[in-house]
Amino acid sequence: MTSTEEVESISEKSERLLNISMGPQHPSTHGVFRMKAVLDGETVVKLTPVFGYLHRNHEKLAERTSYLGNMPYTDRLDYFCSLTNNWAYALSVERLAGIEVPERAEYLRVITAELTRLQNHLAFLGFLLNDMGVWATVLIYGFREREKILDLFESLTGARMMCNYMRFGGCRCDVPDGWVEEAKRITDELPGVLDELEQLLTDNEIVVARTQGVGTVPGRKAINAGLTGPVLRASGVNYDVRKVDSYGVYDRFDFSVPLGSVGDCYDRFMLRLLEMRQSLNILKAALNELPSGPIINPKAKNRNLRPPAGEAYGRIESPKGELGFYLVSDKSGTPYRYRVRPPSLVNLTLLEDMCVGQKVADVVVILGSIDIILGEVDR
Amino acid sequence: MERMASHYRKSGGRWLGSGILRGMGVTLKNWIGSYFDPSRLVTVCYPGERLPLPENSRSFPFLIYDGDDPEAGLRCVACRICEKECPPECIHIENERDENGKPRKRPAVFDIDISVCMSCQICVEVCPFDAIEMDQIYAISTNARFEPLRLHKEQLLKPNEYFRELSPTRSAAADARREAERAKQAKKKEAGKKG
Repeated sequence: MTSTEEVESISEKSERLLNISMGPQHPSTHGVFRMKAVLDGETVVKLTPVFGYLHRNHEKLAERTSYLGNMPYTDRLDYFCSLTNNWAYALSVERLAGIEVPERAEYLRVITAELTRLQNHLAFLGFLLNDMGVWATVLIYGFREREKILDLFESLTGARMMCNYMRFGGCRCDVPDGWVEEAKRITDELPGVLDELEQLLTDNEIVVARTQGVGTVPGRKAINAGLTGPVLRASGVNYDVRKVDSYGVYDRFDFSVPLGSVGDCYDRFMLRLLEMRQSLNILKAALNELPSGPIINPKAKNRNLRPPAGEAYGRIESPKGELGFYLVSDKSGTPYRYRVRPPSLVNLTLLEDMCVGQKVADVVVILGSIDIILGEVDR
Repeated sequence: MERMASHYRKSGGRWLGSGILRGMGVTLKNWIGSYFDPSRLVTVCYPGERLPLPENSRSFPFLIYDGDDPEAGLRCVACRICEKECPPECIHIENERDENGKPRKRPAVFDIDISVCMSCQICVEVCPFDAIEMDQIYAISTNARFEPLRLHKEQLLKPNEYFRELSPTRSAAADARREAERAKQAKKKEAGKKG
């Protein structure tokens, strides 16, 4: 090959490359997320994520509001899973101020967190299939079941999504009459729904063709990038904060951590289905064993809380990964420094590595399989 | 640490297209089932038919008064704790003043900007007098952005009977707390008289 031909081929190639911008108004980007992609034909050569469209100064706001006043703002981080956000924040403040939590409150926290995981994964499946081109079937089936869980949240906490339920040293209110029975009924119903979803999806040739071998992340790379949650476990890494830290009363429940083997979109999709079954096991045990007693530590102070000077980090396994809150106190009524470790943002860092070499239509599926919520990514 | 659970990986159905057909069986079951099985028909025709809200459901705060006269029965003493604790700062209170300009224990102005309010109910939790509670109103669209959404004291005041109807459990608890407080005050007064 002569040098002129080489030059020609490079210039030809650069002429072939196409810059496209996906989002921020594109519905498949799950909110206001933008991707700048460089395409060679239909293959992605380069991809730059652009975020910040939903930035609302969450961390600075928290350094201005009281410890209690920040609790409702944490609902709005990952607005699908407000109860796990509440828990992570309450946990870090409890560590900072050294507050004990009564047993019944710990059980209620486990119950609400597992219900949150269930409804998040149901919605996730719907949106992932929506990204693949299923117009609404799975989304509607998922939302039909999610609705029942949201009704439970509403009768317990007063709100369907912005629950604002947990307090430092326990929970805000006790369960209303008949709530536990209703929760048990729904927990007994859900395995049938999961069977139905598995029958609908896991064998489907189109789902298999669209997801297997797409957006593969090897386990080593996933660890290096700091991925957590289902995205990490789909790559075969056994890491679940519920097992590693066993915060709350998770050490009392018998559940296993499903792991993927390849780390592609199919594993990430399948892992959520399997995780929901484990959540149901925990829920069943927790609802049966729910002890009586106070729901909040009577010594715990929520209003005008002034924790001793120091720092604390509380982390939990939220449905999307490890959600952590880092707090520094200077003995005043507001945190000196407040930092959120959002799982969605950290899981998004490998997006380019997952997408390069794939077709542009797969980018949408890969993004859907990470399960991001922009409220948490941008804060 | 417990080791991995079984994870299975499928590669389509037994023959090409059988997975899709199985899936279509599920949708068919759901579609036909919605004509016969009420549990598969989950929606209602919304504006005509409305599902009842659970008792704990909350939307925006309102002020409670006892008896028939809103001004006489006002529970709020303008201590301004809710104004201070409200995270988005949507409550605005001004004390009533006597002729010397000294503040009285009554609000002259009590405004809640419900376009800012995020329904967190922290004002309800911190109120020592059970004077503020969460309402269940919804569908509150207005034809202007600011003034109609700024609720004044007159719009916020609602009788205790309304709250009893809204939430029997919470209002009973609040009534019991107020009764106990009143008994304590009366005892104190009597003790003071004797002393």
